Amino acid sequence: MPKRTDIKSILLIGSGPIVIGQACEFDYSGTQALKSLKEEGYRVILVNSNPATIMTDPDFADRTYIEPITADIVEKVIARERPDALLPTLGGQTALNIALDLADQGVLERYGVEMIGAKADAIKKAEDRDLFKEAMQRAGLDLPRSGYARSLREALAVQKKLKFPVIIRPSRTLGGSGGNIAYGPEDFKEVVQAGLNISPVHEVLVEESVLGWKEFELEVMRDRHDNVVIVCPIENFDPMGVHTGDSITVAPAQTLTDKEYQIMRDAAVRVMREIGVDTGGSNIQFAINPADGRLVVIEMNPRVSRSSALASKATGFPIAKIAAKLAVGYTLDEIRNDITRETPACFEPTIDYVVVKIPRFTFEKFPKAKDVLTPQMKSVGEAMAIGRTFKEALHKAMRSLEIGSFGFESKIEDAGAGAIAKVREKLRVPNAERLWYLGDAFRLGMPVEEVYELSRIDRWFLRQIEHLIRAEEELKERAGESLETESLLRLKQMGFSDHRLARLLDRTEADLRALRIQRGVRAVFRAVDTCGAEFAAYTPYLYSTYEGEDESNASTRKKILILGGGPNRIGQGIEFDYCCVHAAFALREAGYETIMVNCNPETVSTDYDTSDKLYFEPLTLEDVLNITDRERPDGVIVQFGGQTPLKLALALERAGVKIVGTSPKSIDLAEDREKFKELLDRLGLKQPPSGIARSYGQALEIAARLGYPVLVRPSYVLGGRAMEIVYDSGALEHYITHAVAAAPEHPVLIDKFLDDAIEIDVDAVADGERVVIGGIMEHIERAGVHSGDSACALPPKSLSAAIQDEIRAATVALAQALEVRGLVNVQFAVQERAVYVLEVNPRASRTVPFVSKAIGVPLAKLAAQVMVGKKLSDLGLAAEIVPRHVSVKEAVFPFNKFPGVDTLLGPEMKSTGEVMGLDASFGMAYAKAQLAGGMRLPLAGKVFISVRDEDKERTAPIARRLRNLGFDVVATRGTAAYLQARGVRAETVNKVQEGSPHVADAIQAGEIAMVINTPTDSYSQADSYYIRRAALDYQVPYFTTIAGADAAVEGIELLKSSDFTVRALQEYHKTHAKL
Amino acid sequence: MKAILALADGAVYVGRSFGAEGEAAGEVVFNTSMTGYQEILTDPSYEGQLVAMTYPEIGNVGVNPEDSESRRPFVRGFIVKEYNPLPSNWRSTRALHEYMKEHGIVGIEGVDTRSLVRHLREVGAQQGVIATRAEDPEELIAKARRAPGLVGVDLVERVSCREAYDWDEGFWELGRGYKRRPAQTETKRRTRGGDFYKPRYFVVAYDYGIKFNILRGLAESGCRVKVVPAATPAQDVLALDPDGIFLSNGPGDPDAVPYARENVRRLIGKKPIFGICLGHQILGLALGGRTYKLKFGHHGGNHPVMDLKTRRVEITTQNHGFAVDPESLKGAAEITHLNLNDNTVEGLAHRAYPIFSVQYHPEASPGPHDSSYLFRRFIEMIEEHGH
Repeated sequence: MPKRTDIKSILLIGSGPIVIGQACEFDYSGTQALKSLKEEGYRVILVNSNPATIMTDPDFADRTYIEPITADIVEKVIARERPDALLPTLGGQTALNIALDLADQGVLERYGVEMIGAKADAIKKAEDRDLFKEAMQRAGLDLPRSGYARSLREALAVQKKLKFPVIIRPSRTLGGSGGNIAYGPEDFKEVVQAGLNISPVHEVLVEESVLGWKEFELEVMRDRHDNVVIVCPIENFDPMGVHTGDSITVAPAQTLTDKEYQIMRDAAVRVMREIGVDTGGSNIQFAINPADGRLVVIEMNPRVSRSSALASKATGFPIAKIAAKLAVGYTLDEIRNDITRETPACFEPTIDYVVVKIPRFTFEKFPKAKDVLTPQMKSVGEAMAIGRTFKEALHKAMRSLEIGSFGFESKIEDAGAGAIAKVREKLRVPNAERLWYLGDAFRLGMPVEEVYELSRIDRWFLRQIEHLIRAEEELKERAGESLETESLLRLKQMGFSDHRLARLLDRTEADLRALRIQRGVRAVFRAVDTCGAEFAAYTPYLYSTYEGEDESNASTRKKILILGGGPNRIGQGIEFDYCCVHAAFALREAGYETIMVNCNPETVSTDYDTSDKLYFEPLTLEDVLNITDRERPDGVIVQFGGQTPLKLALALERAGVKIVGTSPKSIDLAEDREKFKELLDRLGLKQPPSGIARSYGQALEIAARLGYPVLVRPSYVLGGRAMEIVYDSGALEHYITHAVAAAPEHPVLIDKFLDDAIEIDVDAVADGERVVIGGIMEHIERAGVHSGDSACALPPKSLSAAIQDEIRAATVALAQALEVRGLVNVQFAVQERAVYVLEVNPRASRTVPFVSKAIGVPLAKLAAQVMVGKKLSDLGLAAEIVPRHVSVKEAVFPFNKFPGVDTLLGPEMKSTGEVMGLDASFGMAYAKAQLAGGMRLPLAGKVFISVRDEDKERTAPIARRLRNLGFDVVATRGTAAYLQARGVRAETVNKVQEGSPHVADAIQAGEIAMVINTPTDSYSQADSYYIRRAALDYQVPYFTTIAGADAAVEGIELLKSSDFTVRALQEYHKTHAKL
Repeated sequence: MKAILALADGAVYVGRSFGAEGEAAGEVVFNTSMTGYQEILTDPSYEGQLVAMTYPEIGNVGVNPEDSESRRPFVRGFIVKEYNPLPSNWRSTRALHEYMKEHGIVGIEGVDTRSLVRHLREVGAQQGVIATRAEDPEELIAKARRAPGLVGVDLVERVSCREAYDWDEGFWELGRGYKRRPAQTETKRRTRGGDFYKPRYFVVAYDYGIKFNILRGLAESGCRVKVVPAATPAQDVLALDPDGIFLSNGPGDPDAVPYARENVRRLIGKKPIFGICLGHQILGLALGGRTYKLKFGHHGGNHPVMDLKTRRVEITTQNHGFAVDPESLKGAAEITHLNLNDNTVEGLAHRAYPIFSVQYHPEASPGPHDSSYLFRRFIEMIEEHGH
């Protein structure tokens, strides 16, 4: 069937900010969908609040609305654009939920918008546990026994029919939010209550536990002719009980016979038909009892997902792209397989390698969060690796994580009895490091059977790991002897890194590499081709292995290699992938062959048609050198992928690889505090007074000299890891022990903390002749909050023209002094009209995509061209663009995934994503950014205020404005008295410690519309913690800084008089003024 | 222990032995299924062949008493990338290598199977030799060159049953195993309502190398089944007065079994006929068509086939090295199914008589169940034309 011609325009909804459970994979799927729909000639309208996405680049859709993804806002877009159809299946749970809301509210009907891909009924059937259960029963499929509950009493009634433990799953939440296990009646109540609270429909499923069962996922495609194909079976290494996003997963399935696999395949087809997903991709999860093979359906997502991105990358079958084509009426047999060209997309990929995905966690960022994995997803990113065997893929995935692991390093210090007990515990309770403890278990001689009983990880996987540990032990025993070529090859085929082998042999990595190359043991590259080499492949999508033939076909064209950012983590995420993708696009346009190296399966950069060539490889020195040895690129870009490639820059250069753009020396200079200080002195620029301490004594001395508070941090960090504001010497001592342990090879940096300063971020691009400012961003939160966690406004909200000019001049001077070729980011602090330089990063920054969207100039694209020798004047960017509209960026946090964690902001970055609000005024743009981030500013009700003494003076006018807007103010005793004394009427409410009814009760009861709460100091936060946590848990808008509250009130003032309006990015960009 | 795979064109692959010791010669083909090695090993259609699996991890689920497709393995030699001697699956009763040793099947692991496949894709299927006792590769290449190959060789005769037998087993179900019905269950001709336990038609199946799951498929569709040797004369089959005749899959070159072609020719127009794989090719020949050898054949479980009547696509299991030339049929039969990868013929239907056949494997095992409807179609055809 050909494509539909009765539809002319299609609305696509994105997934919004990056949060745990919804990351770059939806940029990947959305970008593919947009490309594919535009290719078919449709007019495409996009709504997505996340500026760091490729999909929100203005050339990907005809109309791009960077607006909050809420039903009321999307309705405004619909009213304005009048699309014929809405495609809701490519923007994650967010898009599905909004699409359902729009359908339920009659909006789609009112405007005559047809839902394509999946109809509302199908979505409801898949999403609503009850309807799903009925549907599965109709289809004759088995499910875990369960019942849903809308109250604790109902939950208890269901529980009576089941044995503990039971699983509690809240309905319609992201990434399994609130999903948890209750082991007994005590924790049952708590877990149920938390689940009810977090469910937008106040409903949980109480379910028979299938803990410890084998878990599988199938990625399924269906077209409107009812053709169904399975793209890939995925087996979870971690058994049931760990969210699949937090599980190590393996493709294809390893431990099923064909008969068992076909039962699952048949079940998947029946699920698709019964749920009635018309077209597109779905993900279906199954559990299998390892004792008898009983198969139960766990759930289905009637949309593309994290797993479908993984399956696409694992097989070369572009699920999202094909889903978009199917949604507009094509059938699978009408779509070509891009990779083989001659064969159709209507087939099931077969792979001749093994794919392993390992999630990446950031428990270190949330010290109060327990490193225990549950049905609620906690990982922030993932790395995928491809190898010819499971062992090879597993090893490659481990080093792709970039957590300092190059293999099965031991996690235990000694091998005593305590070690065994610890290992047992770590195997029994799933945690982020369980994989490494498995290695320790075998090192300690634990038999596979015992490890299985503890972990319930399939014995097949366990034996693979046992085998690797035995190989390590054999090697270690022969450490003195010379290594035979044959053994070396066998070890490399098992995926061992040079780093790990060197360590086992007590040699250096460089030594081992030299030996390996001298012996001719070299990596070769193989193609991912969807067909097990049955047909020729035309897309060079490659991975390394150690075998005979090499399929990389290195060309003699002019080529640039771009190093990506690896797995997402807090501090390094989609923004850097955005920059890498832009580099690939720009350099391809400029006539270069572009080669991408990355190992993050969620991203656009690892889409095989983003670059001319894709190497899906770990970003370690060894793996990158293997590629540069083969490709001999004319240049390598290390400045776009965040800290990951930067760390490799000097070593690559030493190995003779040409780094283009700003030299690694300059990058290093900017990171070296002492050299950098000299540079600033030379340029006559100010820096907060600082010192470098290499011992505790030195630290005390420096801090005393600078005067508390001071900002302390280890050198070479991204995302403010281990950065803290320290108020006294006691805290400093505590910190030094902590920080030195965190980064022993680096000294500790101590800066005078600029209290109450305004922070500024500047992004600029330089070509050696000219430095052009991309944008000056003023942070909303004051100094002390990590720049990645702070909201910011472009153009600056309050800076005078003179200060802005001073900042511009300083930026230009720094860029010139560092001989920047490409992007540079400078952070400033302004305190009492004095401008201080905080840091300079001669590389892509987190704000590049935001600035690019705000000013309508693709900075990363221009920078990439500059790096290969073009001039800014030729590229059309001669001067700074200062937009007439205001762009506000706001950070989005994962606190709701980590029970017990405080929501306070500080110098250590904690946000996972960002949103952008665009409007004519700051207040409105800020209100939009808040809404996009999940906080709808209230227009009436009670505002609770409790602030530290230092903030009281600035709080009074805010409270007064709120009163004038018709809000009631309630406050804790101290704050209330202060406000009353200044003529602002405020009710008093008990602190939590003062007993019920207290403020947390009021929040829980829904009596509070907004919370303004700043912490007293870093040690007596217990009380205010409960307030903030309650606000978070009950989804009450809250502000933990005065600046944030002030901005919110500005937004409320505007919202009182006028409603939100929406405008497309393309319209904003038409009206730019140039300086 | 070291093992060598040598091809007639001089290509040599070195690996390690993991099955029986010794030497095996045959045509080297590759199979792209990711599951079902036990079914593949025991598929009689692989007689005379050495099979390389494109999926690298083999042995993971061991071997069990339920998943064999015939009485013994027929693959001559097994070529894999990574062999796993310790299986993990609740139905597994032994390791694959033990099973191979017991049946004298040689195996070579550690082979760069992807390079091998790319080579075969370029040069076409080759004769090859696997030797587990390290020998001079040149000698093995010479042996491979001397190996007879498939063209013109009657392999059917080697794998077909010697005596006719009745079949009473149905499909496998999780937790229950194979369904069985009492032997000698009477056939009652009903217009509807027949099932496995109440068969309503009697089918004679020619065994050219039949897979058990085909027989199960026929039984499940409500047939009493008698399996007869490949060379059974047509009149003997007609003397049994079946409601329908089935032509099975089997190994090798359809041109090498003229007796089968002649018998089928005599059955055309007499009874409803359904053929699978070799049975389909023999039917093509019996209808006056021609078959030809494919470059490297189709062996896998992911081939898209379109039913030209419904335009629906089935994901199919395939295992054949020869195909029917559509031109050669000169209108004697209609092309009903097409392979979407290379547009080769996947199904035929006689224009006048109740006769149809498919090149692929609706019985799956291993592979998807998308095409199991064809067994029903056979029954419907018998129903319409038989009485």
